[in-house]
Amino acid sequence: MIETSYVYGLLGGLMIGCAAAMLLLGNGRIMGASGIIGGLVDGSARGDWQGPALFIAGLIAAPWLAILVTGLAADTNATSNPVVLVAAGLLVGLGARLANGCTSGHGVCGISRLSMRGIGATVLYLLAGGVTVALFRHVLGVI
Amino acid sequence: MRGLISLLSGGLFGLGLLVSGMTDTTRVQGWLDIFGAWDPTLAFVLGGAILPMAVAWRVAARRAAPLVGGAFPPPPSGGITPRLAIGSLIFGAGWGLAGLCPGPAFASLSFGGWEGLAFAAAMLAGMLLAVPAKRIGRVAA
Repeated sequence: MIETSYVYGLLGGLMIGCAAAMLLLGNGRIMGASGIIGGLVDGSARGDWQGPALFIAGLIAAPWLAILVTGLAADTNATSNPVVLVAAGLLVGLGARLANGCTSGHGVCGISRLSMRGIGATVLYLLAGGVTVALFRHVLGVI
Repeated sequence: MRGLISLLSGGLFGLGLLVSGMTDTTRVQGWLDIFGAWDPTLAFVLGGAILPMAVAWRVAARRAAPLVGGAFPPPPSGGITPRLAIGSLIFGAGWGLAGLCPGPAFASLSFGGWEGLAFAAAMLAGMLLAVPAKRIGRVAA
């Protein structure tokens, strides 16, 4: 049985991969969300801030426009627990910058070039994510 | 031209995240929830994203330079360092806790409500915390 979410997942995944391919072959940049965002936030992008700023503008505006045009509903279904949201955000931001990458940089761009760093990072964050969900959902019942 | 490519790439990335379900925290947490109602959708997302990018790396290896100038990124160096391992574990814990990572957090800003804004603000603060954390790590090492 093929779920429709698999088809959308594959289609959306191909779009993500094409976006990364476009940035690599066009501008010679690795499409890592945490690197692009973090470089602007901590100033490490230095002279090259226009590219990251425009990338982020597109990243925010395109889903907004798509929802506006199609009239489809979108929801993150995120928790409304402010402690969980803030703790999770801090961990994601800190961890991704320490690791020099997140799901897009290490996961998509790293694995596709068979980088040991990308593969190692992906194995470890999947492991930590799995343990966290198991602990906070099934043991503690918080999420 | 560089700016246009950045804008279009960011836009396509955002649409892909929306279409694939990566901006839906129930899908992400469903994928990580191996002891619950496991949702394999994210395997299709990652697989779909790796395919065109694997082709792109092969094309890049045969070209001297990117289309609009500059240089291709150097090969990954340093191997799996303690910082990479610790950072990835911290990142994964946060990803599991809320079901959001940096790309989807920004792609969903227009419809994610105050929850999305709170997560994104905390994420930016976490990114700033990484600057002194790296310095402490260097001193310790």
